[in-house]
Formats: sequence, structure tokens, C-alpha cells
Amino acid sequence: MNTRSKFDSHLKELKDMLMEMARKSENAIKESINALINQDIDKSNEIIQNDTIIDDLEHEINNKAIILIAKESPVARDLRKIIVALKISSEVERIADNAVNIAKSTVHIGKEKHIKEIVDIPIMMNLALEMLSDSLNAFLSEDVELAKTCAKKDDKVDEMYGKLIKELMGYVQKYPDHINQINQLAFVCRYIERIADHSTNIGEHVIYLVTGERYDLNA
Amino acid sequence: MATAMKQRPAETDLIQSKENQQQNMVLHVKNLEIFYGEKRAVNGISMDIEKNSVTALIGPSGCGKSTFLRSINRMNDLIPGARAEGEIIYDDLNILSEQINVVALRKEIGMVFQKPNPFPKSIYDNITHALKFAGIRKKSKLDEIVEESLQKAALWEEVKDRLHKSALSLSGGQQQRLCIARTIAMKPTVMLLDEPSSALDPISNAKVEDLIVELKKDYSIIIVTHNMQQASRISDKTAFFLSGDLIEYDITDTIFTNPSVKKTEEYISGRFG
Repeated sequence: MNTRSKFDSHLKELKDMLMEMARKSENAIKESINALINQDIDKSNEIIQNDTIIDDLEHEINNKAIILIAKESPVARDLRKIIVALKISSEVERIADNAVNIAKSTVHIGKEKHIKEIVDIPIMMNLALEMLSDSLNAFLSEDVELAKTCAKKDDKVDEMYGKLIKELMGYVQKYPDHINQINQLAFVCRYIERIADHSTNIGEHVIYLVTGERYDLNA
Repeated sequence: MATAMKQRPAETDLIQSKENQQQNMVLHVKNLEIFYGEKRAVNGISMDIEKNSVTALIGPSGCGKSTFLRSINRMNDLIPGARAEGEIIYDDLNILSEQINVVALRKEIGMVFQKPNPFPKSIYDNITHALKFAGIRKKSKLDEIVEESLQKAALWEEVKDRLHKSALSLSGGQQQRLCIARTIAMKPTVMLLDEPSSALDPISNAKVEDLIVELKKDYSIIIVTHNMQQASRISDKTAFFLSGDLIEYDITDTIFTNPSVKKTEEYISGRFG
């Protein structure tokens, strides 16, 4: 027996909108790394421009959430669904901002020859993308165990980040004419590390959604 | 997740804290069953009601919440065939006992109903009517109680210049606050409110809600309400009833954010009822 089918369909729409936004951000990240490797300036500019689509989606999600709170007086799990949609949309928006940041770094490096083949950054990126994918699937299926796996992968990302930054700083003396490129690649590592952090936060929000209790995955 | 064991309190601490809890309670309900003839309306509930707090009773129509509320000042005695088993302990006495003086009980445990029901008398007489029955005759004393009760019911400023006008000339919201003032005048310990603002407009409703929160400083309040938002706004603890059973009883913030029982969640989120 369901007396609030209209409200339920609005909640589902909210979730669908969030998943659409998340998938777009996920794509933007993938494309930004490919553009970095291929030094594709046009693609990078396209990613920068398309960010407004993701920003607009975040606003739509926020507006819908506000209207549902105002009109439906949600409580308990219904309320958590809406609050978590607001929080996750903000994490996803910042993930998309990092795709933009990576694209800007690609533009800054321009056509200057890479000092070495870019191998480790995509590996680190794949880890971060796996985390994002896990946290989003956890949200989709409300799976607490899957959400918790983000923490372990985040440790690996942090470890790789430390290693890569050390390596890049080592190149400063060796390639004094390429300081800008080295800096930009270090920034990219930092952006990927942030994407992993936001994915971990999404995992925490999923745990709150399901259990009603705050959970610190990095503790 | 942190798995460290919390340090266990010493046994004496446990006993003391239990005693403190007992002292903070105004009513102890034990295995209460209420019947209308053969039909059992309340199925053996047990719960403690805290002093100086607002306890909300919620649940769909026919769940037993109003039956339970009315049993607390023996209003069900007026219904032929109604009987109660179990105990409601107030001030070390079982309210349900035949030896209880029901008139005296209702002075201690007052009640306000859904529809404002002032007597067709003046505002002043509405409040003094029961006081006179109780033997208070002195005009200055009556004046004092009238003002004090109306002040507490947040009605004094609105009616002080027309105390001898008919109570029926007041608005619905004012009439309900007058009924609350009438109850306050008897200096009760517990106030039972049966959907006290469901017949009122939003502003009057808000005034009555503010008043209830204010009144818990002096009284223990039990309120039956069908308005979930009202229960969540004004109560400290909430009890959810269903088909005569007490399904869940917890701190209101917990009930409305993370209830333990699925049925409670379904009810408060409007999935049934």
C-alpha cells in the first residue's frame, strides 16, 4: 500500500537527475585525462565550456530538493534521501570542477613536448574513477558495504599522489626549462587526489542515507 | 568504525541513574489493557511519562491513542462497557483503582479537548466555575487565579478588558486557550490534550503550540495529535500506536529522523494511515 506515489516518483526523479549529473562528471574526468595524454587543446576547451551543463544540473537538483522539502514535509529516510542528494550533487559538482582544472592544465602545457610519457597519472586516475564508480553504484543500490570500499582505494590514491609529487619535484633540476609543465602535472595529481576524496565523501553520504548515522571513512 | 568498549559504569551508578530516571517520571503505565465490551482497544502497553515534558501520542484512527489518553484521567468511565486492566501509577497510586476519587484525580490531571468547549458564561466565570466548586469563594483570590491562568495561557492581554463578556464571543483559537486557562486554574500536574489545535486556523494553531511548549515548564503534557509536524515541533518524546499496540516510543528527534521500527517510518512518512 503506497499513499505517496507522487512523492516517491519525485524522489526517484531526483535520484535519476543526480545519476545523470554524476555520469556526465565521470565522462568529463575521463575525457580530461585523455586530452592531457594526447595534448588535445580543443577537447580541453570543450570540457571547460561544457561544465556549465553540469552546474545547471546541480541547480536543478537543488531547486527540486528545496521544493520537495517545502511541499512534502519529508521525515526520516525520505528526508535523508533529499539531504543526501543535495550533498552528493555538491561533491559531484566539485569533481566536475576538477575535470575542468585538469583541462586547464592541459591548455597551459599546450603543445610543449612531455618530459616523459604519462603513465602513472592514468593509473592513479583509474583508481579514482573506480572509487567514483563504486560510490555512485553504492548510492544507486544503497549498498553500505560497497560504499565502505572507497576508503581502502583512497589510501592507495593518497600513496600514489605522494610518490608522484616526489618524482615530479625530482625533475625540477633536471628540466629547468619545463617548470611550467612539471607544475601543471603536479596540479593534475592534486586534482585527481581531490576527486578520490570527493568520491570517499559520496560513500560516507550513502552510509548516512542507509543507516541514518554519520560515518567517517577516513578514520 | 571505532570498536573500543565503552567503560562500564559501576553497579551503584546504574542503580542511582535508574532511581533518577524514576524520579523524573510523572506516570508509570504497566501492562495497560483497555476494553470496550468484548473488544480490546489497548493491548497491554507499558511506558513511563516524563515530568515537565511534552509527550506526543501518534497513530492512525482507531489505534488506541485517544483511548489511552482518556484512561489517564478516567474519562472512559463515562463510556458504558469500557474497562481497564493493568496499572497507571501516579504519585504512588494506581489511577485505575476503584478507590480513586475521580473528581480529585481530574483536578490533578486536567484535559483539553479537540473542539473548544467553553461554558456559555463569561470569560471570568469559565475559569472560576470549578474553583467555586472546589470551595474558593474569596473574590480577591479568584481574581488572582483568573489573571494568573489567563497569563499562563497567553490570553490575558487579549481579554483583560472584557472578562465579563461571554466566552462564546471569542475566536476559536481564543476559546481553546481559554479552555487551557480553565484547566491551568485547577493547578494540575498533568495536562492531557486531545488534538487541541486541529480545529484551529494556522495562526491560532501556532499560538497554541507555542503555549504548550511554554507550559511544560510547569506541567507534564501528553498530547494526541494527527498532525505529524506538530508532534515533531512541540514534543520531547513520541509514542507511536498501531492497532492497540505501542509500536515505538523514543525521543522525538529520533522518531522523526531515524525510527527503529519500519511501521513507524511508514506512518510518519505518510505511507499509510
